[in-house]
Amino acid sequence: MMKAPVLRFTLPIIVLLGVLLSWLVISYVNLFPAYAFPSPQAVLLSFREEILAGRLVNDIIASLWRVAIGFVLSVLLGVPIGLWLGQHLNARQAFVPLLNFFRFLSPLAWIPFAILWFHIGDKPAIFLIFMATFFPLTLATMVAVATIPSIYFRVAHDYHYHGIELLTKVTFPAVLPQVVTALRVSYGIAWVVIVAAEMVGCQDGLGYGIWEARNGLRLDSAVCYMIVIGLLGMGIDRLLAQLTKLPGIRWGYER
Amino acid sequence: MKDKQFTSRLALENVSHGYGPVAVLNDLSLVVNPGEIVVLVGPSGCGKTTLLNVLSGHIKPVSGSIVREGIIRMVYQQDGLFPWLTVAENISMGLRSTNDAVPGEHELAELIKLIRLEGFENNYPHQLSGGMRQRVELARVLAGDSDILLMDEPFSALDYQARLRMRQELIRLLAERPRTVVFVTHDIEEAAQLADRVLVLSNRPATICRELHITARKPRGLTDPSVIHAMEEILNELGLNSPDNTSNHDGKGV
Repeated sequence: MMKAPVLRFTLPIIVLLGVLLSWLVISYVNLFPAYAFPSPQAVLLSFREEILAGRLVNDIIASLWRVAIGFVLSVLLGVPIGLWLGQHLNARQAFVPLLNFFRFLSPLAWIPFAILWFHIGDKPAIFLIFMATFFPLTLATMVAVATIPSIYFRVAHDYHYHGIELLTKVTFPAVLPQVVTALRVSYGIAWVVIVAAEMVGCQDGLGYGIWEARNGLRLDSAVCYMIVIGLLGMGIDRLLAQLTKLPGIRWGYER
Repeated sequence: MKDKQFTSRLALENVSHGYGPVAVLNDLSLVVNPGEIVVLVGPSGCGKTTLLNVLSGHIKPVSGSIVREGIIRMVYQQDGLFPWLTVAENISMGLRSTNDAVPGEHELAELIKLIRLEGFENNYPHQLSGGMRQRVELARVLAGDSDILLMDEPFSALDYQARLRMRQELIRLLAERPRTVVFVTHDIEEAAQLADRVLVLSNRPATICRELHITARKPRGLTDPSVIHAMEEILNELGLNSPDNTSNHDGKGV
């Protein structure tokens, strides 16, 4: 028997190699026509081509930039609004149906508005990222505040925490672990949405790259963009996951 | 600060309280003497915690008057510590009224030494055992200028042996830093070991149906004659001391 940490690294690698091998075999026996099912070699070559042409790096930067702006905007607005809603029952009752309505509305439904309002460029994509992440983030923060164990507020009262101090020293740290989880979930949504958002109204970005590949019937290039999108998404999620290890947050994941 | 004069006063006069049609406290009067440990025991659901909340001011009773002088601190059953703060930061909450930073540091170090958690200052509550967490709670309520401690079954979430140790710990801490204490428990042993005075409460609506002074010196061992005697008295009062009587008349288990 191998030890658990060794298995943790070797098992996913075995699965990955298995998938690569199947891909190789399927393209080798020409199960599908080459234009509809690019081989690993073709994808490697197109990686080389995209990197040398500078398109890939440019698209990565463009997409990361749009996601970052849209995401930061929705964090800056959604978390405070969620904190406020969580503390006020009446406000909650007033706004929750509306927030829920928009949460279930696919952000892609906003594409026509995005283009009409913001034309082309970064803005429509940023707007779509914002619309995709603001509602789940606000609702998650609100629910986290509303479900803080009442004993924390009793203790806070015993030790005279009031007003802004109560908010920054009790309410906010109490919900921080759940807010970090909400950040990870909504970042995931943002990364999915950026691809679709860039297929319309943009002249660069990872989504645009896939759209271009489709137009030129270059599925090898599309696969190369897909690999980049998946890897970047995973990588940034790993970064966000590091937040859960911070001392003031970790307690929320240890019970 | 150790030998501070007791300026605290805590008294209830003809207090009654209820939730809607359910009467919980019935015409209760009680004077807690400065420096005294009063233990309230009674059947579960009799209104012990309500009484404590009335004493703390958390609940305003329907009728009756309360005299309350001095800084009151509460010890909860569990989870009273803020999990996002370290041991030292949690204890420092009790020093918030002390504005001077330097004596604050000194006092903090002394409190940590007092509860014998040196080396754990920077640990978080989730990294401690239940007993250690309750010791931190005790340090927090003893910090600064608190006068009166209200304790709501503070050791009931601990295992039996930890509970025994915490009782001795509490006696030791109170010998170092005397406070007026009102302690609620369903544990008759605990009452007999800790109390200067035990008040046995009746079924709801609660009244004081027996007052028992225990004058034996503390710390008291579990098998001290005075403790055994007090336990007998309390058990008799609760109707739990004869074998044929252990299943209560109202069908509730014990």
